[in-house]
Amino acid sequence: MNGAFDEIRGFPGDGAGRPEFAPLTKWLETMPRAELERRQQAAEAMFRQLGITFAVYGEAEADERIIPFDIVPRILTAREWTRLSAGLEQRVFAINAFLDDIYGARRIIADGKIPEELALCNPQFRPEVVGAHPPHNIWAHICGIDLVRTGPDDFWVLEDNARTPSGVSYMLEDREAMIRLCPELFQMFRVMPVDSYTDLLHQTMQRAAPVSAGGNPVCVILTPGHYNSAYYEHSFLADTIGVELVEPADLEVDDDRVWMRTITGRVKVDVIYRRIDDDFLDPLFFRPDSLLGVPGLLAAYRAGHVSIINAPGTGVADDKAIYSYMPDIVRYYSGSDPILPNVETWRCREPQALQYTLDNLEKLVVKLVDGSGGYGMLVGPTSSKAEIEKFRAVLIAEPHRYIAQPTLALSTVPTLVEQGVAPRHVDFRPYVLTQPDGVKLVPGGLTRVALKEGSLVVNSSQGGGTKDSFILADEGAVSC
Amino acid sequence: MRISIDHRTRYTFSEPQARVVQLLRMTPQDDGAQSVIDWSIDVDCDARLRRGTDGYGNISTMLYVDGPVDHVEIVVRGEAVTYAHAGPLTGTVETLPPVLFLRQTGLTRPDEAIRNFVSGVCGAVASPQRRAETLNIALFERLGLRAGRSPKARTAAEAFAQGEASTRDAAQVMIAAARAAGLPARFVSGHCLDGPNVRNHRSAHCWVEVHVEDLGWFGFDPSMGRQPGETYVRVAIGLDASDSTPLSGTRMGGGIEELDVAVHVEAGQSQ
Repeated sequence: MNGAFDEIRGFPGDGAGRPEFAPLTKWLETMPRAELERRQQAAEAMFRQLGITFAVYGEAEADERIIPFDIVPRILTAREWTRLSAGLEQRVFAINAFLDDIYGARRIIADGKIPEELALCNPQFRPEVVGAHPPHNIWAHICGIDLVRTGPDDFWVLEDNARTPSGVSYMLEDREAMIRLCPELFQMFRVMPVDSYTDLLHQTMQRAAPVSAGGNPVCVILTPGHYNSAYYEHSFLADTIGVELVEPADLEVDDDRVWMRTITGRVKVDVIYRRIDDDFLDPLFFRPDSLLGVPGLLAAYRAGHVSIINAPGTGVADDKAIYSYMPDIVRYYSGSDPILPNVETWRCREPQALQYTLDNLEKLVVKLVDGSGGYGMLVGPTSSKAEIEKFRAVLIAEPHRYIAQPTLALSTVPTLVEQGVAPRHVDFRPYVLTQPDGVKLVPGGLTRVALKEGSLVVNSSQGGGTKDSFILADEGAVSC
Repeated sequence: MRISIDHRTRYTFSEPQARVVQLLRMTPQDDGAQSVIDWSIDVDCDARLRRGTDGYGNISTMLYVDGPVDHVEIVVRGEAVTYAHAGPLTGTVETLPPVLFLRQTGLTRPDEAIRNFVSGVCGAVASPQRRAETLNIALFERLGLRAGRSPKARTAAEAFAQGEASTRDAAQVMIAAARAAGLPARFVSGHCLDGPNVRNHRSAHCWVEVHVEDLGWFGFDPSMGRQPGETYVRVAIGLDASDSTPLSGTRMGGGIEELDVAVHVEAGQSQ
């Protein structure tokens, strides 16, 4: 595929593919196509039965769909993972240090490392939480870092997700399905388990509690409700961890403390893992027109009587305009060069960058600085002339809202499609947890795959699927 | 000057409410131009009051009322001594740098009419301080003042287009204009002994502060066409009226609410 690196087969012309994964190549060659399809359908039937569905915004019949699952795993070796995890740890440490600084002393601005206006006039910077002191100075307890790959050792951070990253249930359910449907692959490879994620998440929640909560903090997961596209994940995590799943109406704030209403009376809540955007957390402090939210929650949070995971205001760290400064941010707080590089980024707010972008639209990916889910973006190489010209007008009207990046030759992984097994582009989102004694990772993540031939957009809302991500305990197959 | 304030807010509900939660930003703080002598917040029903600060450094008070309750009356009373001053504000609590206050909000975002007004009025004025002064006077002359409280959620652009403004509207138009002119500006809520609402007792006062580089924050009152002096008691600041509003609340229960506000600002010691 335009010379893209295939994570199993290597570069085009590499012959038999990467030797360390030879058993997988052989498995793919010998497995009858009908059997692969049968297993894939069995996995999808399982997901449908579990109710792992999502709704697509902007579609007339808001059908509950399942995200397509692909039966062919992607594989990372122990060495590759070691480097990735060091890079992730460094980056997420810096994200938390940045958040604590930007809502506190703002040293990074005083030292001239990022423009003051870019950080503070950013709509994701929330003056409402200035002066808040979350326990252990942790703001982004759960980060999803989106990585892409262009070669054997070339991983890039495409995007940081420091608000309420979703998708971890797919990491866990995809593994369940693979263990059940393709047990032989787990004989071939020593795959590191991911099922400790939920325990680690529970521990992260408990350890985020205010000191006043004592030894056994009450933790809940706050969902906007069953119509939310990620509701399955909210209920899955609450069930697995064994904490209450609550909606805003189940909580009330009294005397600057948060209480959960139950049939036997009210219970004080110490930690809220919220899957609701900042805007809808508390109508008294954020959007007054919001009918959602828990009135007084921010007062309880500011008073230090409840912890919120992730803390309100973390969006300023994953904004795409801030993203372009992440290498400087990492260097500033960690004192060393970033292990994982950024994708080169042109900030269209800067006249020269805008000119470059306008001159090269057909080669670039242009994104909204505050967009997500693959909406409002242009992928130059796969867009028509008319689409490009339409986007050009939008970009000229509001350049400050956009950044541009080169179209990378994203790596591919063999994927089962209608024509058989064919390479499809992938990305990778590991979930990085932060506890008082440091960053915690399970060896795994969410691999998203663009099912359309040549497509680079992996978002589920844009027709992407998922596949399991094997992280090996060693450098290749057991049998090689 | 000694100024006494008695600010009563009464909510009456057509049906009993299970709970009422309110956020008050009604407590002033000492600064270079005022000393708060005595201040109290009282509620006429079973309630818990919790004092804190918000992100802008304002003193906030959370009010938690148990139901069933069919009315809540909040009485804020206090006295401050104010001083005549010239030049920029001193001694105010500053948690955020001025650049934040360049940020336009949904309520302040200027439209073309405001932008044109700004370039027409002060396009040729180089000094930032003069620009702010010029805008303040021009808006005072342009906007007809409407007494009393403004309808909720009117944006600066809407108020400017109608040419008639409450004190809140005037302040937001001034903020929109100042920011459009490149000057950080913020909303101030407080009290004024000789403000436009002082005779009808229907509302407190609000005005604007504009930041001038290397000098500091200066007060401007576009509803009076002047700069605040010793007849003013400064209470809370924010990006716009919504995040510095004296009182916002939520209730759990049906029916409608009726709001009655009485503000008495007087010189000298309260009775």
